[in-house]
Amino acid sequence: MKIALCVKQVPDTSDIKWTENNTMQREGVESIINPYDVYATELALKLKDKYKAEITAFTMGPQQASNMLREIIALGVDEGVLISDKKFAGADTFATGKTISSAIQKALPDFDLILCGQFAIDGDTAQTGPCIASLLNIPQVTYVKDITEIKKGVITATRVLDDGIETVKVQTPALMCVLKSEFEPSRPLINGIIKAQEAEIKTLSLQDLEIQPEDVGIKGSPTYVSKAFRPEIKHSCEKFDCLENGKGAEIILNKLKEIGVHNG
Amino acid sequence: MARGILLYAEMTRQDYVHTVFFELANKANELSYKLDGASVMAVIMTKPGIIQNLKEGFTNSGIDQVFVYEDERFENYSTETYTNLIVNLIKDVAPEIFLIGATNQGRDLAPRISSSLGTGLTADCIELDINDKGQLAATRPTFGGQLMATILCKTTPQMATVRPKVLKPATENNYRNTDFVYKLIKDEDFTNNVKLVEFVQGIEDIKNELDSAEIIVAGGKGMKNEDGFKLLKELAEALGGTVGASRGAVDMGLAHHSIQVGQTGKTVSPKLYIACGISGAIQHTCGITNSDHIIAINNDPDAPIFDVSDTGIVADVFEVIPELIKLLKK
Repeated sequence: MKIALCVKQVPDTSDIKWTENNTMQREGVESIINPYDVYATELALKLKDKYKAEITAFTMGPQQASNMLREIIALGVDEGVLISDKKFAGADTFATGKTISSAIQKALPDFDLILCGQFAIDGDTAQTGPCIASLLNIPQVTYVKDITEIKKGVITATRVLDDGIETVKVQTPALMCVLKSEFEPSRPLINGIIKAQEAEIKTLSLQDLEIQPEDVGIKGSPTYVSKAFRPEIKHSCEKFDCLENGKGAEIILNKLKEIGVHNG
Repeated sequence: MARGILLYAEMTRQDYVHTVFFELANKANELSYKLDGASVMAVIMTKPGIIQNLKEGFTNSGIDQVFVYEDERFENYSTETYTNLIVNLIKDVAPEIFLIGATNQGRDLAPRISSSLGTGLTADCIELDINDKGQLAATRPTFGGQLMATILCKTTPQMATVRPKVLKPATENNYRNTDFVYKLIKDEDFTNNVKLVEFVQGIEDIKNELDSAEIIVAGGKGMKNEDGFKLLKELAEALGGTVGASRGAVDMGLAHHSIQVGQTGKTVSPKLYIACGISGAIQHTCGITNSDHIIAINNDPDAPIFDVSDTGIVADVFEVIPELIKLLKK
């Protein structure tokens, strides 16, 4: 069983600082592996243990993203492929999907399963996974919490949805987008760390792929950002310091009467 | 230039049209006005015999035309089949805009359709408008809600998914003489490689309460333990409201994820939102700013929750809430 694992390096969104003209201060912001891609990695590693799956991780990004590939190789991922080219810059989800699907076809054409995180915490579009599945013309299963069985090329997976839990069966090859799981996070293996240091990260650039310059980056993106702004803070807060005077409950009660939600 | 706005009318498992459709319909009528009266259309996949009960919903929501696909096999949603049918419909009708609710189903279906058509999609929008060039300007939060981006699309249809409960449904009927067009379905349109084996209903009642609640009492990490959440439940009951939670509280295991409010949870718009022991990370507050009135209780005077609140009580939640329950019960 061959797994293509898609991972993304993202800025730690809890750690972002903004300049006065609403641009992100990139200096000093730590790059982390997208948390949902960690869940996808955990699921891939579980399948490696159970079904001897071979895992190839793919990431699209700058050269420094190869460090993240080494980190997950240390956890037990077998290989890493960095998809990197200056021409890929500025890609929206469609151009990104096109680039990654083309790289998977190049480096792992006989995959059985593609695993992605459900969302990336920076863009939060949840689009790239279904886009890759669509372009490769394979079935997709989103909101996956776990894979419970793989038998004769049929995967049984559970999906967590707003209104309940679905169990589905899908024929491979297929793509799954993974939500937060309840597995214990893996820790780097001692021999994994050594393997990671020695691992050769394969790099694919535009000329290695069967796509054209007009398919990638800004040129290949149907959408573009026309404006970016910080959300307005709508309210001006009437603040009461009740740490000492114990009047908090009374003030709230009066406010409830004032806005008409309590008439006692 | 293509004309018209197409909307996806998602069917729920209970055989009614998802409420987000009526929010989209109201917005689509506003956009149509800015596009010199572009027609507003809908597409629906249902089991046979149901559409009769749903017609009024369309005729009262300003929908000019509904494309109806009826088949027993639409008992369950199928990504690939729905994509096939809608992609073909879009090629025929050539709408300039196609809008879908950002539900589980919508966020599964929309990128599949946009990629098949090679067009752009803006996900999880909170506002839609038409710019001075007649393009769809779709605004969405990024970086966990810390930045808003307005996104345009070079190709048609310009597609967007929109969060439920963010746009408002029409307050009055907007009657149209809706044309229902029954579409033929061929067996080859059905490609269902994903088979549903089982569905276990979640704690649906709680979720619905949060969606429709006029009063929400929400807790964060500051509620410390399950007893803290019991206190919130008591307060919510005294006010006739329901309980919500921040992601921090859910991650600590204090509350079920189905009642999580914020960027990765639900967007709510109650009359009153009481935030208890919630620090107010933007990931949470972006889901509550549609509330009419926000009261925050937190012992940290600098907690960012106060920046989005109308009334701020700097105090210990474990002192204020029991006292408030006592006063309410008087």
